Parts: sequence; structure tokens; C-alpha cells
Amino acid sequence: MAEPARAKPKPTPETQHFWDGTQAGELRLQRCDACANVYFPPRPFCPSCASRKVSIFKASGKGTLYSYVINHRPAAPGFTPPYAIAVVELDEGPRMMSNIIDCPQTPEALELDMKLEVAFEKLDDKITLPLFRPAKG
Amino acid sequence: MRKNAVAVVGAAETTELGVIPNMSQIQLHADAALNAIADAGLKLSDIDGIATAVETPQQIAHYLGITPTWVDGTSVGGCSFMLHVRHAAAAIEAGLCKTVLITHAESGKSMIGKLPRSTPPDSLNGQFESPFGVYGPPSMFPIPVLRYMKTYGITHEQIAMVAVAQREWAAKNPRATMKAPITVEDVLNSKMIAYPFRILQCCLVTDGGGALILTSADRAKDFPNKPVYILGTGESVETPMVSQMETFNSSRAFKVAGPTAFREAGISHKDVDHLMIYDAFAHLPLFGLGDLGFMPHEETGKFIADGNTRPGGKLPLNTNGGGLSYMHSGMYGMYALQESVRQMRGIAPAQVKDAKISVCHGVGGMFAASGTIIFTNER
Repeated sequence: MAEPARAKPKPTPETQHFWDGTQAGELRLQRCDACANVYFPPRPFCPSCASRKVSIFKASGKGTLYSYVINHRPAAPGFTPPYAIAVVELDEGPRMMSNIIDCPQTPEALELDMKLEVAFEKLDDKITLPLFRPAKG
Repeated sequence: MRKNAVAVVGAAETTELGVIPNMSQIQLHADAALNAIADAGLKLSDIDGIATAVETPQQIAHYLGITPTWVDGTSVGGCSFMLHVRHAAAAIEAGLCKTVLITHAESGKSMIGKLPRSTPPDSLNGQFESPFGVYGPPSMFPIPVLRYMKTYGITHEQIAMVAVAQREWAAKNPRATMKAPITVEDVLNSKMIAYPFRILQCCLVTDGGGALILTSADRAKDFPNKPVYILGTGESVETPMVSQMETFNSSRAFKVAGPTAFREAGISHKDVDHLMIYDAFAHLPLFGLGDLGFMPHEETGKFIADGNTRPGGKLPLNTNGGGLSYMHSGMYGMYALQESVRQMRGIAPAQVKDAKISVCHGVGGMFAASGTIIFTNER
């Protein structure tokens, strides 16, 4: 029997550009053309000023570790505990949930505010997840 | 809303709490409802308003045989019942109904007749949280804790004291699930669930239910039990995604609901004799003390660690033992409300002497929603 797989996102019309972006190796955010607010998760209007004039842009992929838990039990399908569930604060402002790779999953190694950079993990032909690893240098 | 215009005239929990393998979820609703109706000295036919969460009002109305003229199915998580109290008070004031029944029950442990909760993969949570390994509240609710601790200089030992103090309250309560004393060391050595939280910092998983009956304060004197008046109320929601909270240093929903209730009640924090803060996990009381304005967030950990909320302390908090030690069927807000009502009636197992004002603050989801009810026993 196949190993249970991790939960897979299913894009909607409003989020398709984000998932197309991760497949292309880009972390895409949206910026309001009217008030310059950068926001996440995706939607075709600005949650700050309600303008429908918004643009999609490629984010830097850089951020810092805002907070996390190291999950021990119960573990989600497709995960081997202990594993960190992190919230990353992107340099552009928005925060997003992710996992931290190439780093021991310990409180000692996972320091709040440590610098991170995006890494892309392909799940299948349609979905690539944005994960993060400690920034080099 | 007018102060003290509406009162709780009936309040009861299910006959049993804890593990109830011989009752389905809807029957737990009915058990609690029938107990509350008996407590109020009413008949089912006297009920003309009904509110419930998770289960729909039509399911509960049909099962109980009630024909309501007002219904509320607000379902925003564990604080839904605080919102029901607020909405019911407004509805009674507006003349939409006279006597409201609010029910909660959950077969949280035995899982009999319980609807499965699922997160569709094309929802925002399904796309932007589920793929990263969140799996139930223990993996989600504590995500803000490390940031909160760093911002305010809160220690692991201070948060562990939340569980210790509440176990002291639970020891006085025959219906509490967990009564054996625990120490900070016990908490910090208990089984790891989701760092930084261990099992003694996570809520219990039990079966149970509760129900409230509200009517206008002018009618309340005709009921068998001491009326408990609704002095102030507040509510708000923020986001269903814990990762998208405005900040992990505070809950925006708390900061709207709590102060709204205090303003409506026209009281200050020093007037509060008794406090309930929904404790699904051990950090909730810290967030609550800070966001409701009892003290700056920097002081919340020390305040609890110094024993101010334990039996004999100056601010009795979660006097039934809380979700950590009393019971937690999944949507604990109803049990917090029940304890506030018992304290205002003067019949709580760990009664706070001469308590006249009780603040009952709830959370829904992972800081997704909030409701605050301020009760008094003086009109």
C-alpha cells in the first residue's frame, strides 16, 4: 500500500496564478495598484482598500521565521514527526505558513527571526509547494 | 444593548460529563436542553427561540419538538454560544421572541453521531495551511506561542502555571475530569504534543453538553432560580487561518469583543470578581488577560505564575478547572458560560465568595472568533 500523501492544494480561479508561479519557480504575491498594499492569500481585489486594480508580481522569496510549532503528535499524513510547521514573514510584508527544510527540526536550530529563502518542492505535475530553508550567507 | 434587560433563567449541563458512550451527539443536546428546561421550571412549548452551533437549529428544534419564531445558527467555533447569548439578548429586546434555548453538545470523545470536520483542498485553509502538516487544533493553536513569548519575555514555566493553577480549581470540583494535583515540573515533563506545548497544556477531549435559557429580566423574577443578568456583550471574528492573524502578539477578535463588552457593561477591570477565559490551550488565558485589558501582555505570565488566578488569588480564573482540567468536548464556550452562571447564582463547587460580576470570554477556531459576556447577579 502506498504511503499516505500530504494534503494537496486544489487551486481556484483566484489562486491559480500563485500555483502556476510555484511551478515556474516563482513565489508570486499581489500588490494593489491603488494603495500599494501587498497581500496574501491571493484574491482579485485589495483587502485594504477594496480596489479591483491589483497586479501580480514575483516576490523576492526572502523572509524571516515569525513563529512555529514542532509537531509531534498526531502527525498529518505524509509527515514524519517531529516536524516544524512554520509561519514565515516575507520581506514584502505578508506572512504564510510553510515548512523549514535543510534544518534540524529543533528549538535550538529554529531561531525566531532567522533569515529564510524559498525553496520549491514538486508534489506532482500540477502542484509545487513553496517551502523555506535557512538563507545562505 | 440595554444593561440587565435580559437574564439567564435556566442553565444546565448534560447529566453526565466525560465519557458518555451511550448517547449520540443530538441526544446530548436534548439531555442538556431538558435539564435546563427543568432548571427553569418551563415546558418545551414555552420555548420560542432556539440557537445552536455545528448541529443546525432545525435539527435541534425538530428533535425537541419546538416551533421557534427566532433561530440563530451562528457557528464560529467554541465561542458560538457567547455570540448566541448576545444575539438572543438583542432578539428578546427587539420582541422577536420571549424565551430562548441555546444548546451545545458534542460527542467529542465517543464520536457517536458526530459530523466529521473536513477542510476542502480548494478552500484557503486547504490550499495554504493543510499542505504544511497542520492536523487538528494541537498543531495549529500553539503556532503563535513562541512569538508571543519572545515579544513579551514570557517563560515556559509561567505558561505551565496556567495548567497548575487550573488543576487546583478542578480539585474542588467533583465533576472535573482531572483532579490530581500537578506541578510546573509535571507539566514541562509531560508528553510533547506540538513544541512548545505538552499534553498538560492542551485541552481534554470529552463528551458532554450544556444549555441556557434566556428571557427578559422583567419576567425573570418569576423563575425558580436566581436570575443572572446580562450586563455587557461583545463579539468579533478575524480569520479562519491562524497563519494570517494580524499579529501573534495579540488576538484582534479578542481586542474587539472584550472591550466592547466592558464598554457596554460600563464597568472597569477592578469591578470583576470572577473571570473565565476559554483555555483550549494554556496560552489563551495570557492572551485574554492582555487583550481584555486586565494588564499589559508583558505582565500576564508573571501574574499567573505569582498565583493571582489560583484559589485564594485576587482574580479567580477558570474556576471549574477549564478546558485543561474540567472538560472539553470540542466547543468549550458553553461550559465557561455555565460556570459563570453558577458563580453568579452562588452555587459553584469552588464558589467565589460574594461574587457579583463575572466576565466570560470565549475563543472560536484558532483565534478565528471571539465572544465576551459579562454577567451580574444584581439588577
